[in-house]
Amino acid sequence: MTTPAEAVPEVRKDGSQHKQKQMIADHFSRLARAPRTGDKCVYTFVPGNLTELLLSFDLLPVLPEINALQSGMRGKSREYISLAEKQGHSEDVCTYVKCDLGMMKSGNVGPTGEKIPDPDLLLLSYTGCFTFMKWFEILRQEYGAPVAMLHVPYQGDGEITAAMRDYVVEQLRRNVIPALERVSGKSYDEDRLSELLARSARAEDDLVWVLESAKNRPSPIDAYFGGVYYIGPIFTAFRGTDEAIDYYRELRAEVEQRLADGRGPLAPDGEIEERFRLVVEGPPNWTSFREFWRMFADEGAVVVASSYTKVGGVYDTGFRHDPARPLESLADYCMGCYTNLNLPRRVELLSRYVVDYGADGLLVNSVKSCNSFSAGQLMILREVENRTGAPGGFIESDLVDPRYFAASNIKNRLESYLQMIDQKRQAGGTA
Amino acid sequence: MTGELELVVAEAEELFRDLRLGAVRRWKEETGGLAVGYMPIYVPLELFHAQGVMPVGIFGGGDQLEIIRGDAYYQSYICHIPRSTIELGLNGAFDCLDGMVFPAICDVVRNLSGMWKLQFPDRLVRYLDVPQNFDPEVGGRFYRAELESLAAELAARGAASYDASRLRESIAVYNELRGRVRDLYDLRRREPWKVPTHELYVLLRASVVQPVEASIRLLDRYREAALAADERRPMDQARVLVTGSFCEQPPLGLIRTLERSGCYVVDDDFVQIHRWMECDLPTGGDPLASLVDAFLADSVASPVRYIGEETKGRALLERVERSGAEGVLFCAPSFCDPALLDQPMIVAAVEAAGIPWTAFKYAENNGQFQVIREQAGTFSDSIKLWSD
Repeated sequence: MTTPAEAVPEVRKDGSQHKQKQMIADHFSRLARAPRTGDKCVYTFVPGNLTELLLSFDLLPVLPEINALQSGMRGKSREYISLAEKQGHSEDVCTYVKCDLGMMKSGNVGPTGEKIPDPDLLLLSYTGCFTFMKWFEILRQEYGAPVAMLHVPYQGDGEITAAMRDYVVEQLRRNVIPALERVSGKSYDEDRLSELLARSARAEDDLVWVLESAKNRPSPIDAYFGGVYYIGPIFTAFRGTDEAIDYYRELRAEVEQRLADGRGPLAPDGEIEERFRLVVEGPPNWTSFREFWRMFADEGAVVVASSYTKVGGVYDTGFRHDPARPLESLADYCMGCYTNLNLPRRVELLSRYVVDYGADGLLVNSVKSCNSFSAGQLMILREVENRTGAPGGFIESDLVDPRYFAASNIKNRLESYLQMIDQKRQAGGTA
Repeated sequence: MTGELELVVAEAEELFRDLRLGAVRRWKEETGGLAVGYMPIYVPLELFHAQGVMPVGIFGGGDQLEIIRGDAYYQSYICHIPRSTIELGLNGAFDCLDGMVFPAICDVVRNLSGMWKLQFPDRLVRYLDVPQNFDPEVGGRFYRAELESLAAELAARGAASYDASRLRESIAVYNELRGRVRDLYDLRRREPWKVPTHELYVLLRASVVQPVEASIRLLDRYREAALAADERRPMDQARVLVTGSFCEQPPLGLIRTLERSGCYVVDDDFVQIHRWMECDLPTGGDPLASLVDAFLADSVASPVRYIGEETKGRALLERVERSGAEGVLFCAPSFCDPALLDQPMIVAAVEAAGIPWTAFKYAENNGQFQVIREQAGTFSDSIKLWSD
């Protein structure tokens, strides 16, 4: 039993955090009610998600990665991963997959304590991650649900060619849309899709404004730990909705006020007094998210830009969903997601962040689960160092496997890295 | 082993072990042509050949290479083949290559293509995205555009321009090679004692680092000598199918270990490129269309290909049936996403069919096989003792 003296200190949150939490909780509740309401559920992935298209058919998106990370944050992932490994899934592979499978085998109970319904369709948007393909092959075997496959070509040469765009659009027309029509019982309505895409672009404008507010000193936001809350609505089920527009308008107003007040970002233990400005590459750890953030906050380290907040769409280089060319725009969106960029483009983007955001350096959080992110990160680190002169740091963890979160090791490495930046500053170096 | 067999296998093994690609260097000196490396599993070899380019299979450094710089490029939880490939790139072994092609295998090889661009900015570096949509009007059109773009890129680097008649001739040459490899696999299936897998394996490895015409001659010599090797008599070994080793290759010692532990390998997915197409390609008509159609319709069921509405594992069960295998060895490299994510689904199919199986992992540079020998030996014994 917890006595008052042992009570966990109250976590401080911005109003926008409460709002996005409520939006996501409401979505899970709607999913839970789906068997009664008759709503159909489509499982799909965050990178390359086709939320507007799904919503144009009144279909509800379910994102297994989000379920997995929620399980990680709720302390459930250890048992889920263990269950999947007992059933023959290798310890070497992605823990999102194993966490999702373990959750399914344990009743598929979501973060609100309600059961997530089985998929009516698996929309395999194969964007920027090989594992996605295997993941949905496994789910197809488990659920027996139909699969609509959308193969999104990789930007191997760092560009989107007409042939690549045509390929995606043709798949949308010939495979994905007919599958959505079958499962929803509704016809494709391009005008409706365009309306949704126009709303997306409005929300995207405000999201980009918020992310770019971190160019100010002090930064009013943390673009990694705080950033994962900011991207929540737009990366999940809300892109194209009025709720998303409202959320990002409110978020922007909140950040504008913070900026006007000269205040730094709000971490769980309070406001951060900015001492270090970092760019972070790679996803966060979810099993010890708050502890992980605290390690940064305690040192006054604010993340001013991150690649993870681009995994569900890179908007700060100018892309917006375009209602005038709906399917082409969705194709460009899919192909433009961060992990679908080749390594030279990733290096360019991160180098630009270091320079434009006045960062002290690039820190890589390399997660064991995700080769799409992790393979090549050591080279990315060196390249960004060479191009910007800002020092790089490297820590390792995992997405949702608590066995790979070594707190003291990460803390030591982070502190050493920040000390190095400090010493370089004192010596008059670039940092 | 008879004299000719010994000679052929030694010749193949020398080519296989030559990480500095001596045969490629000699060919370039003789012809002045371009040589382009490719990673496993599949690239359209015929297209390179038709443009006068020698395609060179890059299958890692195996157990012969000390990794000095390659480990600085990769975290411990990433498979071994990219680190040995980088090592060979940095130590000059690939100086004779004018470029590298990275087919769509997994995220690690995909990202390696970008690393290669950064590390070797003056060379041709190409990520070859193959379609996962197998509709000729959709995936086929995309793949054709990829091939046309690859052909143009090769020509821009000094290769001959694309020419349909030359591609038809190259398809015919590679049909011959595929036919030779199929014949040897058939022979091994029928009489595995005549074609030990450790020999077949080095022949296949040799076939990707020398000109195709030389490979055909080598395979012919081997087949003739193997057929004549009457001193090779059957032994009481279990017939097994090995799966999971399609990208990072097992060390030769591991294959020998499996055989010494009492297994006849009667089917496998080592060096799969010459068996990627299950049929010969047409030598008439539009040859680019032939490459595209064959890729869409005749490719093997690999973990790197999306399996649409088919039942997972069905293709493997058919291979078990065709090869007469009595058991399946899941033999995948550590940290290999395609193989290891696929494995539980295939295991389910194998178990449902009542086929014995066992699984282990390796890295290309493993040197100790005692545990695998015991495991494979026990597996083989159990098949011989208790199978119907």
